[in-house]
This record gives sequence, C-alpha cells and structure tokens, in this order.
Amino acid sequence: MGKLDAKSPCDGLLPIEIGAARLSEVEMTRLTSLAPKPGQEAAFSKALKAAHGMALPAPNRATGKAGARALWFGKGQGMLIGPEPEAGLAAHAALTDQSDAWAMVRLEGAAAEDVLARLVPVDLRQSVFKRGHTARTMLQHMAVSITRISGEAFLILAFRSMAGTLVHDLETAMKGVAARRGA
Amino acid sequence: MRIKCPLCGERDRREFYYVGDAVLIERPDAEAGDQVWDDYLHNRDNPAGITRDLWQHEGGCGAWIVVSRNTVTHETLGVELAEARARKIGRGAS
Amino acid sequence: MRVADKGLVDRSKPVRFSFDGHSFEGLAGDTLASALLAHDVRFVARSFKYHRPRGIMGAGSEEASALVTVGSGGAQEPNIRATVQEIYDGLEARSQNCWPSLNYDVLSFNDLFAPFLGAGFYYKTFMWPKAFWERVYEPIIRRSAGIGALSGTHNADQYEKAFAFCDVLVIGAGPAGLMAALTAGRAGADVILCDEDSVLGGRLNGETLEVGEMAGADWAAGAVAELGAMKNVRLLPRTAVTGAYDQGTYGALERVSHHAAAREGRPLECFWRIVAKRAILAAGAIERPIAFTNNDRPGIMMAGAVRTYLNRYGVAPGQRITVFANNDDAHRTARDLVAAGVHVAAVIDSREAAPQGDGYEVISNAQVCGTEGRKGVEAVSYCRANGTVDKIQSDCLAMSGGWNPTVHLTCHMNGRPNWHGGIHSFVPVPGAIPGLEAVGACNGAFSTHRALVEGAEAALRALGEVGLQGQKPLVPQAEDARYRIAPLWTVEGKGRAWLDFQNDVTVKDVRGAAQENFRSVEHMKRYTTQGMAPDQGKSSNVAALAVLADATGRGIEETGTTTFRPPFVPVAIAALGAGAQGKGFAPERHTTSHAESLRRGAPMIEAGLWYRPSYFPALGERTWRQSCDREVNMVRNAVGVCDVSTLGKIDIQGSDAAAFLDFVYANTLSTLKPGKVRYGIMLREDGHVLDDGTTARLGEDHFVMTTTTAAAGQVMRHLEYVHQCLCPDLDVAMISVTEQWAQFAVAGPKARDLLNGVVQESIDAESYPFMGCGAVTVAGVEGRLFRISFSGEHAYEIAVPARYGESLFKLLVGKAEALGGGAYGMEALNVLRIEKGFITHAEIHGRVTAEDIGMGRMVSAKKDCIGKTMSERPGLSGPERAQLVGLQPVGVVKQMTAGAHVFPLGAAPVRANAQGYITSACFSPTLGSTLALAFLENGRARHGEEIVMVDHLRGVTTRCKVCDPVFFDPQGGRVRG
Repeated sequence: MGKLDAKSPCDGLLPIEIGAARLSEVEMTRLTSLAPKPGQEAAFSKALKAAHGMALPAPNRATGKAGARALWFGKGQGMLIGPEPEAGLAAHAALTDQSDAWAMVRLEGAAAEDVLARLVPVDLRQSVFKRGHTARTMLQHMAVSITRISGEAFLILAFRSMAGTLVHDLETAMKGVAARRGA
Repeated sequence: MRIKCPLCGERDRREFYYVGDAVLIERPDAEAGDQVWDDYLHNRDNPAGITRDLWQHEGGCGAWIVVSRNTVTHETLGVELAEARARKIGRGAS
Repeated sequence: MRVADKGLVDRSKPVRFSFDGHSFEGLAGDTLASALLAHDVRFVARSFKYHRPRGIMGAGSEEASALVTVGSGGAQEPNIRATVQEIYDGLEARSQNCWPSLNYDVLSFNDLFAPFLGAGFYYKTFMWPKAFWERVYEPIIRRSAGIGALSGTHNADQYEKAFAFCDVLVIGAGPAGLMAALTAGRAGADVILCDEDSVLGGRLNGETLEVGEMAGADWAAGAVAELGAMKNVRLLPRTAVTGAYDQGTYGALERVSHHAAAREGRPLECFWRIVAKRAILAAGAIERPIAFTNNDRPGIMMAGAVRTYLNRYGVAPGQRITVFANNDDAHRTARDLVAAGVHVAAVIDSREAAPQGDGYEVISNAQVCGTEGRKGVEAVSYCRANGTVDKIQSDCLAMSGGWNPTVHLTCHMNGRPNWHGGIHSFVPVPGAIPGLEAVGACNGAFSTHRALVEGAEAALRALGEVGLQGQKPLVPQAEDARYRIAPLWTVEGKGRAWLDFQNDVTVKDVRGAAQENFRSVEHMKRYTTQGMAPDQGKSSNVAALAVLADATGRGIEETGTTTFRPPFVPVAIAALGAGAQGKGFAPERHTTSHAESLRRGAPMIEAGLWYRPSYFPALGERTWRQSCDREVNMVRNAVGVCDVSTLGKIDIQGSDAAAFLDFVYANTLSTLKPGKVRYGIMLREDGHVLDDGTTARLGEDHFVMTTTTAAAGQVMRHLEYVHQCLCPDLDVAMISVTEQWAQFAVAGPKARDLLNGVVQESIDAESYPFMGCGAVTVAGVEGRLFRISFSGEHAYEIAVPARYGESLFKLLVGKAEALGGGAYGMEALNVLRIEKGFITHAEIHGRVTAEDIGMGRMVSAKKDCIGKTMSERPGLSGPERAQLVGLQPVGVVKQMTAGAHVFPLGAAPVRANAQGYITSACFSPTLGSTLALAFLENGRARHGEEIVMVDHLRGVTTRCKVCDPVFFDPQGGRVRG
C-alpha cells in the first residue's frame, strides 16, 4: 500500500507579482457547501453562529473572518471556509465537502480592482463592492466567486480543473494593467 | 442588455442563459391531452410587445427567473424568481 | 506649410516618420494629416471606386478621404484615417488602393469609364449569362473592389477589454462635455469622460474663440486639469464611444498605444463596456461639404478643418486659400487665416446677404462651380448670379455647407432624428436612448455659450436622477453668435459632383436612384452605397437626402433619414474579441492526471472543455491503432486504469431526493438500496433521451448521480430547472461535486487484485458485488468505490479527493503495470464500449427515444416522469423508427465509418432510399473485426439481414450484416465475474 501525496490546484503556478498586483494561492483548507433545508434558514443560521461564530450570509455578503469565513455562494447556498463543520449542522442543511473542488486565490494590491475590471462584468468599485461583499459571477469565461476581503484584496474561487486558465487570465490582465500604469 | 437578478442585482446579459416562454413553469398533468401538451411544449406566440420568458442566472447565482420584457422597446418590466411564480400557481411540490 | 507661433504642437520635439517610403519630420502633437500638410503633401490616397486622387478633407474621425495603411507584417492596419493617427518616431504609413504607386495607379482608368460605372452598374451589367457570375464576374470584381488590405498573417498585437461603471458618462470633451463633467464631478458623482481626440477640448482647440476671457484651448486645459485631479472622474482620451445599447450600456474603443513608438506591454486598443446610470452626449457636429463639379480634388477641405490645422497644429494647408460657404461660421476661417498672415484669395458666399469681409474679399451671391488641377486643386471657378464665371488661382479651397449635429449614438436604438429647420439638419429626439441627453452642438446648439449652458444644465438633471445634489456652476463668458445659414446642397453644372467621398457616390448617382424608383432613403442607400461602412455617411448623409428629396419632389423632412448603426467608428474584431486569443479562447479543464498523462506521451483530445488522453504510446508503437489495440487487450486480459473524473458528478441530498430522482429519471430510483448503484436514463420533456448514467445511493437521503462528460452542465441546469420551476418545495439540494473527486476506472479480470493491493478494506464478491458501492480508505485517505463498468469487464471506479488524484493515478497505473496492464485512453475506452454496445452521445444525440436505443421498457409505467407523456405519442416509437443495431462487414471491404448512411441491398445510395446511419465505428481487436453501431429502420427485427453502408464523403461502400449491438459477451458473464 502506497502513500498518497496531496497537490494544491495552483501547484507550481503561484505566487506571481506584476506591478501593483500580487496573486497567490490560499492554502488548502476545509470547504463545505451549505444548503439549508426548506424553511430552516433561520435555524441553520443560528446553529452556524453557535458552532462557528458566523451567521449564514445574506445574498451577496460574506460573514466571519480569515480562518472561519462563510460566503454566500448562490441561490440557497453558502460556502463555509476553514472549520470542519460541526456534525449537528446537518440537521438543518445539506452539507457537502468541496475542499478539493475549488482553486482559491488571493488577488491584492493597488491594481487589483483594475485587473478584475479587465475580466469581470460586475461593478467591483470600492464604493459599491465593499469589504465583506461577495459575488457569483464570471471571470472571462469561468464561473467564479469573488469576495472583497480587505480594502485592496479579493478572494477568488474557480473550479479546480480551470486553475491553469484562472492564473493565465489573471496574469494576462495583470501584465496589461501594469504596462498601462507604468506608461 | 442588463437584467436585474432578484438575488444578485443588475447584471450583464452574458451571465444569463435564455430558455424561452415562461409557460414552461406551468407543466400540465400527464393526462391533460395532446393539445394541452403541444401548447405547453411547442406552440408559441411571437409578439411585438411584452413577453414573459424563463432565464437562468447561470453565470451567477444559478437562480431560474421569469423576466418580463418589451421586445419593441427592450425595456425590462419585471423579474421574479421562477420558484415564486411556481408557488403562486400552486406547483410547489409538483 | 507651418505657420509661426500658432498651434498646440511642441516645436521643440521633432518626430520622424515616413509616408510612402519618404522620410518626413513632424512635431509632437501632430497627426499624420497635419504633419503631411505641414510639408505641403496634399495628394495622399486613391478613392474607393474610381481611384481618383484624394487629399485630406477633415481633421477628425469623420475623414472620408485620407485613408492610409499603417505598419507592416502581421501588424499592418489598413484604412487608418490620417486625421486620427498621431505620429511617432518610426511611424510607417503608406497610401493604399493604388498600384504600382499613388502617382501611377493602373486602376485609375476606372475613372475614364465613369460614365458607365455609376450606381447600379454592377447590378445591371453582370446579370447574364447567369453562369458567369460565380466563375468570371465575381472574382474579377472582388479583385478590384475593396479598400486597403490585410497582411494575411497572424497579428501579434495585444488587445484588451474592460468593464466600467459610473453615475454619469459624458461623451465628448468639447465645451458642453467639459462643463457637464465639471458640474457632475464637483458634485461627487462617478464620472467617465470620453473623447476620441488625444487632447480634450473639442472645437476649443481648433478655434480662436475665448472662454472666460482666456483662449478657449487654455480654458479647456484648465478644466481638464481640474477633472484630472478628481478621484471620482476617469478621463478617457483617444476613446470613441462606438455604440449605445440597452439598459445604459455603452461600447467604447480606446486607442491605447497607436500613438506610441514603443508599446512596452500595453495593448494596442481596449474595448470598454461602460454601464452608466446617466449619459450626456456632447459629441459636437460634423461639417458637411457642398456638391459641385470636381469637389474632390486634393486641396479641397472643410472650412472648419482648415481652422483646426491652423489653430491647433500651426499649419496652413495652402498659400492662397479660397473659402466657399453658405453660412457665417466659415468666415471665421478667413479671419483666422488673415490674422495668421495667410493669404485668403476670397470668400465666395452663396448668400446675397453675406457678411462684410474683415481684411479679405467677400464675393456674395456666388457659387463655386468647378476646380482645376491634376493631382491637387490649382484654380477655383465660380459663377455669379448673372451667370458670369470667373476663376481664382488657389491651392486650397475651404468649403462649408453648414454643420450636422453628431446624432449617431441617439439612433442606435432605432431612434430617428428630427429635422430642424433653423439649422437645416437633423437633431436627436429626446429620449431616443433612455437615460441619455444630448447637449451642445450635437443637440443643434451651435454657440459656445449655449454649449456650456446646456452641458451644465444636463449635468444637474443627471445628478438629480442618480440622487446627488449638484451646484449650478458659474458658466464662463463665451460667444453666443447666431448660426446664420441659407441651405445650399449642390451647385448645378457639368461633370461629377461628389456627395459621399468614401463610397464615390455622386449627385448623379442619387438622382439615378430616384429615377429608377428607389425613392425611399433606405433603397437609395442600398442602390448607391451612399452612407455605408466604414464612415456611415458622417459627412454625406444630409446632403444626399437633400438631393433625393429634390429629385423626388419632396421636402427633406418628409424624405426622412436612414438610421445610423453602431459602431460610430470602425472597431477591429480583435478589439471586440479581446482576451479570447490563444489560451483565452475557452477555459481548459485539466484532470489531476493531466501532467502524468503528458509525461507518458499521451496526445490529448478535447472533450468539451476537458483535455483527456487519447492513448498512452508504448515503446516501439508507431500508430495510434497499435496503442489502442494493446490497451483494449490489456483491459480484456489483465487490468487497465482510466481517468473518468470528467464525468459529471452531482451530489443530491434531502428527504425528497428519491422522489425527485424518480421524477427526473425515466426509470425508478427510489427502490434502490443504500450501498447500491443503478443505471438510469433521463428524458427531455419532449420525449427524447437527454442523458444516461449511474446513480449511487450513499444513504437513505443521499445520492450521487453521474452524467456523461458532454452533458454534465446541461444535466445540472435541467435538474435545477425541474427543482426551481416545477417542484420548488421538495426537500432536495443538488450540487456538483465533479471537481471534488478524482475518479479512476479500474477495469479487467485483475481489477479486484489490483484494488486489494491499494485499499485498506477487503474487496470481494460479497462486499462489492456488481453495482455495489461504499466508502474505502486508500493510504489513510477516505475515498469511494463503485463497482460499475463501461467496458463490460469486471470493473470498479475509485474516487479520492482531487488533491490526491495525481498520486493515486500513478499508484494505480504502477500496480496495473505490475499485473500486465496499464493506463488506457479515450480510443481504447471507445472500442471497449462499442464492443459491448454501450451508448454515448454519438448515439443519444438528441433525436432518439428510449425505445430507439432498446430501453423503452425502462420508462416506468408506475410513475410520472419528465418526458413520459410525450414519449408515448405516436411517431416516437414503433418499427418505422430507426433503432439501434450492430453492424459487421461481410464482404471484401471491411471499413465502416461513422456518419455513413445505410441502404437496403440493391437500392441506389440516394437519400430517398436511406434507412439509417452509423453513429460509431471501430476496429475490435477482441473480435478481430470492424464493428459499428447504427440506427436502422425497424432494426431490431432485422438482425441477420445484409445491408450496404455508403459513405459518400470518404468514398466507402461496405456490405454488412445487421446484428445485436452487444457484440461481445452478450450474457454479461465477465462483468459479474
């Protein structure tokens, strides 16, 4: 019987830093999708708060902080990032392990907003898309989740199998923005 | 073109998948007869004016939505979740 | 000729560029047009149709004459307007539409045949003989038609796209636009200000007008500096707003580095998609020419453009300049020229009550009726009211037929502009674009004062609409001259008078259209090509309408106008498709075994967005068939490993999950026991097969469904549709776990041996019977094991979290190799499934029913399901339909091909006799024969019959025998073994 080695989605691709933007992979952690059962959203939110310290996020919002975060992840869905979900939560919601399903990267720096404006058709201006705001949208052709986790930093999740394309598309935009800022 | 998703807010058309007439929510009973099933599945009006169509916010939250639009002016008159519409017509549990 | 002490160009910064191989020196701030005019180069182009010598007419993006080619090799760009292209060190520009050279152009003989080549010539002449069109006429016409040429090689230039959002979008940075942007910006609104020019300020940079007691250009520079310092304002110079779209979306083309000698990684262009809550259109106006005989010679220019060259670039386009006009505005040209010390020969004004000259001669009540000069104007003839004709020596004629508001964007949503009798032109209809308001010259307000006032007022209204409070600004002092004009569209005379300089359309052509009864503007446009791309009739439209109106005895208002379509300026496809070049075209989905498969030399094949290995070549194998045959034999005789992670996997949970599955699957899933797997087919509501796959029941309320790779997205969407639209209250939650699990097929008689060397649990017939499933542990990692088979062999699929995928793949392949097996790819997988008659989307291609593929009895009679009602309709089952069969060759020819049609023996291989088609074919090393799956009318009743397959494309005819689609191990003993 052999031993199995783990490999992260962006293994060997990151980090990269171009101009005023830096792209790095977030260390793999536990990801759990949360789908509250019909009519149990409030009960689930309460249980989540008791178990992990954050409420179930409302649409387009994230709750918690680094280490234990919950993102709104689409219709009827949340994504718990960090903690191993407490077993009792399953009474109110369908829980599914997604730890290996998503490439998770962090884009930060003064140019981060400009980089995303090359790829994402959503208004991500600081005045509109503030810290703790999240969006399910598209990055170039990929379905992604984007969350502003601080003034100049975004957390981006894309399908694991598309990690290469995610890095390629972001890197291309980072190069273009850096060249423009340099000019 | 932009559509206001009831969950995500206004988004670019590229995030949405278009299906067709929202009558698709009103699935007939199995025994409703050929004419009813034909109308449900195949027979469509093509009005210059107001249409009510089913879309999915596939590039966003995944919600199925009913969008009322004027095909002449391109105005969007209203958007609601398909599930809300289904419940309204008493199809919550099929 | 450069004029001392004038212009915004930087005289301390010389710039070297070349035109048609000749080297020139210009100044920083010059366009190609101004730099050429500074060197008295007037003849720069050949016209579209008649190859007439053409010069520079305008000074902006509306230029219809001076089109040149810039750059070489893959970066060569044709049809660049010399009036827009800024010069830089090393710029190479060339004239186009001429051969061998601008001066000696062979096709200029077209001009001699002009009497025969008018509008409609092609339609009438090349009608017959009919067969000549495709083979003779069209190739000849195509060779001589068109303007400019692409290099034909790959363009390595980078293009970019970007999204932007704002409260107020201001389009145009002349006095109206700047005032609007200042008002909105000062109130704290997010403002985007776009202007196609490199220097913001619009006409203020081309005039000697004063604003706020300072030079207009200085006021503009001050306004731009104030705006530039506001964090809430984004200035986009060199950016043309190209289109207005629904719900406040605008397209805009930014020329990022066309003006730079070194791009330094910057894109050439950026295409913006701007979403604005409110937009203010301050696009100005475009001056229109007057149609008179030979009004297209180089040196004949627009009067406003002459002012721009003088005031902005410090260039006099001639030494003895004549002005021809029907309005007061053009007299400014004469005044500015005289003030700069340039000789003005005369101002010829068509009006009786022309203003007095101020240091220049005015000839009133007269019209220019002709010009002389071979490759540039040398003399101008004019005709007085009494009929006498005089001639003035002149090397430049500055003409003005008045100004047309730039209404283009307001037409992009089908708005038709209104006729305005005061300015003899069209103005926008308010509300033509929801949320957009036109101000200043593009709204028909031609004085600087009115532009400033309208800009400020519109900005205040826009602020109110977006919920902000604006301050009414102090509008600076500026001229408020009345716009005085008497319409003059054409001057009667012999010879050709040009209306549309880009498409070579004359007054005679438009009258000809009317004569041929193309009286509607839309018909006239198509008959003559007047106003067509790329300039969209910016300078020619109104005059052409006037001529048509006159020829048809109607007023211009009644005649109406054609509509302007996007884009306002030409947009390269590369800019629209920016980001989609090369790897940007589509995401690449890689499995966890991707790198290892490449390392093993596997060529990749695309399956949707996924990349999957075709086969794994072994040492000494030269063809894919050798590898494929070996891999098939390996699976049949030992054990093979194949990455099947690309199949869709959907996690389904909830107390109603089983009921939900019964509704979406044709067969029953609710009776499945936990720890078991069942095959299912899913129908579309119209009764045809949507997809197939296996579903495992992991717990009472917990299932994992697999879909085919091809239909994974479609099935997920379908399930969400059924849930949200048809039964939203069911307690069922679905989520894709395709990416979570790396899953590998382990198939072959030694599959169990292999797995027992890998997983901690003991795998035997009891713990894992055929279609059993459960949790397993692989080296401490929790995984899942399913005993399912797509090869017909004793087989499993083992899944682990994706991070361990590569490691597990290596481990499994290593173990397989030790047992005489190894990795297998898509080719072998396909052969294995054809040998067993298993279907893929080659068979369930959207037009087949469950009955067609022999699964009619799977549609449960005991429950309703999606597609059930329609599948029972007449015509969706029965012997007249083509049914799935197997085919094996029986004659000399053994080849069978997918896509071939099948015919009864002896029937002519024509469509009427076709009885079906082949969907999949392969060589089976197991059976030593080619095999095919096909759909054949009433096929199930025809096993044993001989038919013929004919592939007209590849020229293959093969006699074959119909058989059961399960060629190998029909009893299924191996899979259960």
